[in-house]
Amino acid sequence: MAGPQIVLEALTRRYGRQTAVDAVDLAVAPGEIYGFLGPNGAGKTTVVRVLCTLLLPSGGTARVAGYDVVTHRKEVRLRIGVALQDVALDPQQTGRELLALQGRLYGMRGRQVARRIEELGLLVDLDGALDRRIGTFSGGMQRRLDLAAALVHGPEVLFLDEPTAGLDPAARLRVWEEIRRMSIAGVTVFLTTQDLEEAEVLAGRVGIIHRGRMVAEGAPADLRRSLGADVVTVKVDDGGRARLALEAMEGLSAVGGEGDEVRFSTDDGASLVGPISVHLDRHGVTVREVSVRTPTLGDVFLRATGARIESEGGA
Amino acid sequence: MTARLEPGEAGFGRDVAAIAGRAIRGVAREPETWVPLLVIPVFFLAVNVGALQDVAARISPGLDFKGFQLPVAIVFAVTGMSRAPALVTDIQDGYFDRLTITPVSRAALLLGLMAADLVALIGLTVPVLALGHLIGVRFATGIAGMAVFVAIAGLWGLVFTGFPYAIALRTGNPAAVTAGLLLFFPFAFLTTTFVPADVLTGWMATVADYNPVTYLLAALRSLILEGWDAGDLLRGLAAVLGVGIVSMSLALAALRGRLSPR
Repeated sequence: MAGPQIVLEALTRRYGRQTAVDAVDLAVAPGEIYGFLGPNGAGKTTVVRVLCTLLLPSGGTARVAGYDVVTHRKEVRLRIGVALQDVALDPQQTGRELLALQGRLYGMRGRQVARRIEELGLLVDLDGALDRRIGTFSGGMQRRLDLAAALVHGPEVLFLDEPTAGLDPAARLRVWEEIRRMSIAGVTVFLTTQDLEEAEVLAGRVGIIHRGRMVAEGAPADLRRSLGADVVTVKVDDGGRARLALEAMEGLSAVGGEGDEVRFSTDDGASLVGPISVHLDRHGVTVREVSVRTPTLGDVFLRATGARIESEGGA
Repeated sequence: MTARLEPGEAGFGRDVAAIAGRAIRGVAREPETWVPLLVIPVFFLAVNVGALQDVAARISPGLDFKGFQLPVAIVFAVTGMSRAPALVTDIQDGYFDRLTITPVSRAALLLGLMAADLVALIGLTVPVLALGHLIGVRFATGIAGMAVFVAIAGLWGLVFTGFPYAIALRTGNPAAVTAGLLLFFPFAFLTTTFVPADVLTGWMATVADYNPVTYLLAALRSLILEGWDAGDLLRGLAAVLGVGIVSMSLALAALRGRLSPR
């Protein structure tokens, strides 16, 4: 069996005195879709830029497609496709010109480039717009074009940063479908996203990075199960006092929450709704609402990082 | 749909052609980057000839002042025109990163832009030469001399692009690139711009002796005013190549710095 396509061993990156990535280990198998999550500033982009040969690590090693990203940069570049979050496009180019340039730099020629552009135009639903200047494209169209550019040369490893941000639901589903199809075809996908639904739907495993360190990793279902069977959310008049009171209560494990909302995980939420209300009442806390649901990846993220991910929309 | 392709390196020549192709299209689509460069030499040619022709006739009797001024207009046209501002935009927008993630030859990222510049620079000489012809300037060396004239002027413009590229790559800052164009002034004015070398005196004569543009202008003027003069042409080429060694060294060093993962 082939070895992992992405391997990080104690990868560390410092900017001056600040450690942006701190001894991160991870491995991604061929054809796997790996969701890489973390709050803003957690170190996600730094990891991706090291893997794309744009930054040098300060310590540890990183290998992509079997090649060290420091000593074999050219070999790595031949095998990766990259769509970074900040879409870097030339507004004066047409979509076709951008894709053709990208293809030519990977050694593709004439008809091969033209055929590939037609395929990609259909894939990202831009076939009617490829001859327009990119400056006239909407944000969503630019993101789809950026994705197409990352795919031009048929990379072995694909780094996608928020690949469906700004896309309408139909285009989002098409991109998801293509990412799955590439995965089945053996392409390894390193997916950096703030969209937990996207990570849940696509990723075989997710890794959560926080303050430069990996704080959780596993299959989304396993991570959810690690929180217990249920998540209990309690809305109260005094969140601080409620947290203190409930932390002492048996069978509950703190997940997080902000302000007047407190979240706990437990193995049997339904049976604890009554006792929680009574317990809080005894501590002088007024309960406004109690709800029970199964854990989400958002809960895992919240417990691991203490921060809500932006796409939760403040939920 | 996604067939497994076998990407490889395109090769240096194809990389340069691909990068140059994009840059040439950029020049054509952004006339605001070169139209002012055309206005300046035309303006100076008209003003210099109009204002100084009679003075020049008194200082240097028999001098064909229009032929004397046309090389100045050409040097003004080709000095400072480059894709360096576009390169800064690429650096700031992340497009430069997009290119560096590909297996493109590193040197092609700069030389492709310079190849496009050369095409644009030669294009810029055409309307100025046409204007010169219109006001009666004729080449003592004929059509062949005109071709050599354009080639030397283009080469000068090309080597001068090394300075703005060095600044662009080193700083990634558009204001720094604009400020760097101030280099144009000592090169273009502390020389025989308005009068022949033998009329210059004092510090100006000394500075002009060390200014490579003095020898560039002498070479270009010789093609119009005197005929084939190997000495003037070789000194002019040597001056251009000397500046080129400095500017290209700076630009390539800046490119290496920009491309070294930090």
